[in-house]
Amino acid sequence: MQNKTPIIVVIVVLIVLFVFSLFLYTISETEQVVITQFGQVKRVVADAGLHFKLPIVEQVNTFEKRILEWDGNPTQVPTFDKRYIWVDSLARWRIEDPLKFFQTVRNETSAHSRLDDIINGTVRNQISNNPLIKAVRSSDRQMQVIAGIDEERLGGVDEIGTGRDGIVEQILAKAKPAAEGLGIELVDIRIKRINYVEQVRKAAYERMIAERQRIAAEYRSEGEGRMMEINGEKEEEEKRILSEAYKDAQEIMGAADAEAIKIYAEAYSKDPEFYSFLKTLESYEKNLEKAGIVILSTDSDYFKYLKSTDALSP
Amino acid sequence: MASARYGQGPADFFDDNFQNRLQLSWVWLKWAIPLIVILVFLSTSFYMVDTDSKGVVQRFGRFNRITEPGLHFKLPLGIEKVQKPQVERIFKEEFGFSTLRAGIKTTYGRKNLDESLMLCGDLSVAEVEWIVQFKISEPDKFLFNIRNPQKIIRDVSESVMRSMVGDSSVDEVLSSRRVEINGEAEQKMQKILNLYDCGIQVVAVKLQDVNPPEPVKPAFNEVNAAQQDKEKLVNKAKEEYNKVIPKARGQALQMVKQAQGYAIDRTNTAKGDAKRFNQIWAEYAQNKDVTRRRLYLESLGKVLPKLERKYIIDDQVKGLLPLMNIGEE
Repeated sequence: MQNKTPIIVVIVVLIVLFVFSLFLYTISETEQVVITQFGQVKRVVADAGLHFKLPIVEQVNTFEKRILEWDGNPTQVPTFDKRYIWVDSLARWRIEDPLKFFQTVRNETSAHSRLDDIINGTVRNQISNNPLIKAVRSSDRQMQVIAGIDEERLGGVDEIGTGRDGIVEQILAKAKPAAEGLGIELVDIRIKRINYVEQVRKAAYERMIAERQRIAAEYRSEGEGRMMEINGEKEEEEKRILSEAYKDAQEIMGAADAEAIKIYAEAYSKDPEFYSFLKTLESYEKNLEKAGIVILSTDSDYFKYLKSTDALSP
Repeated sequence: MASARYGQGPADFFDDNFQNRLQLSWVWLKWAIPLIVILVFLSTSFYMVDTDSKGVVQRFGRFNRITEPGLHFKLPLGIEKVQKPQVERIFKEEFGFSTLRAGIKTTYGRKNLDESLMLCGDLSVAEVEWIVQFKISEPDKFLFNIRNPQKIIRDVSESVMRSMVGDSSVDEVLSSRRVEINGEAEQKMQKILNLYDCGIQVVAVKLQDVNPPEPVKPAFNEVNAAQQDKEKLVNKAKEEYNKVIPKARGQALQMVKQAQGYAIDRTNTAKGDAKRFNQIWAEYAQNKDVTRRRLYLESLGKVLPKLERKYIIDDQVKGLLPLMNIGEE
């Protein structure tokens, strides 16, 4: 029994630690606290680390210090140009003033429902004050379109400006003061989704189909047109080539013919009589055929000796 | 109860045996308690940080330090706590689809049309799937400034991608602007995440499958088919063109060459004929009468034998013709 002192020491230390711990609490980097005494707010502590409090009488109410999410339910909203769309927005917020937060909404769940009211309302107002195209686009960038956009679809808007970004900024500017009253800082509001309601979507699909069919028809007719153009070009080219060649050939042959005529004329003009004599004889040889009948007079040069030999001089 | 277990009466409970047992267990405890205490101290004083992670140490909840991979010491008994986010790892979020099992043949789960159907700038609808890759760049901010990182990444990415697609026409989203959208979405996401100061770095935003919505798909395919038909028609016409024109060129060349041949033939013949005549004439001119007679007689000598019927009539005889039946035989 003489060795019991260490145990006693240990037990005493433990008890001291326990009592001491009643005076202490820790705050994480992610938290901030409101100290209350019997429901009455004593102080706000946002510094992370080890802190003192009175045991039992002082109560620690912990709140988040991090950025928190708020994700609204999709709401059906008509736009300025009377199109029905689902808008799904979201926000990031943080408890900026835990005291105010503690006094007005107490916990995150009720904060969410208060934010629902604030943000959904503002989103609804801003969306319905703008044409759909402004809520969808976010710049005046010139888009490349195959089909072309008809004016009616754009709801008569020719200037988009900052579009969705601008609308979101307005929503944030309007919602921010309302949230501040709850000790909440709205860090950011974004439009997550904008979608057509079912009927509008069907109509949009039909429009897209019609649009594409028009483009397809355009392509086909373009193809046919181009084909005809090429065929025409082909025929033109073919005719041009062949006719030019014909022209050249005729020219060449004509020139040759002329040359020949000139050569003959030059040669034969020396003695036209002899030429005709020669040609005539040649022609006899060529043209008098076997079956032909010829009646010759004894008077002719060939037969003149048939009757006498002295007919040398006519 | 105890007596029943030990098989002894209550009277025996404080006997020597009991004293002994107490003594024994005391000896045992004397060693065990410090041992346990030491073990608890040790096990709560050391921690490992993996190579792809960093250690974030909080002392009494307050951020104290960041430690590199390896074995480290911290104050025990919950005075210091450590979290080890994986800062080297690249995380991936998928939108509009989900990978069930990645591998050589990756299987994909159900498509999520709620996420992927979105409005384009020309108020058409497109089905857009994409992924976001990100990493933890500042582990302390990542742990302390935001509560639900995955939700934040998903929300920010969706809103950014939708605004990008909303500012492009359906044709651009389907093809020409994809790369641009990737880059711009990455920048925009990073800007928003920086606003939250949450220590997340966007590594990449990549569009995956982008399609027209299912009911509209056939019409889009029709356009592709029409485009191909167009090409086909044009190609066919060009083919026909290429078939005809070179042939015509050859034909033209042939015509010209033939004409040239004719021309050469014609002039040469003429020249030859002229030369021949000149030569004959030169001789003839020297002895005109004789040559003339000779030529005449030679010619007739050649011609007459060829003729089967010849009639020689004396120039004194008149009225002979009526007596002959020419051509009757």
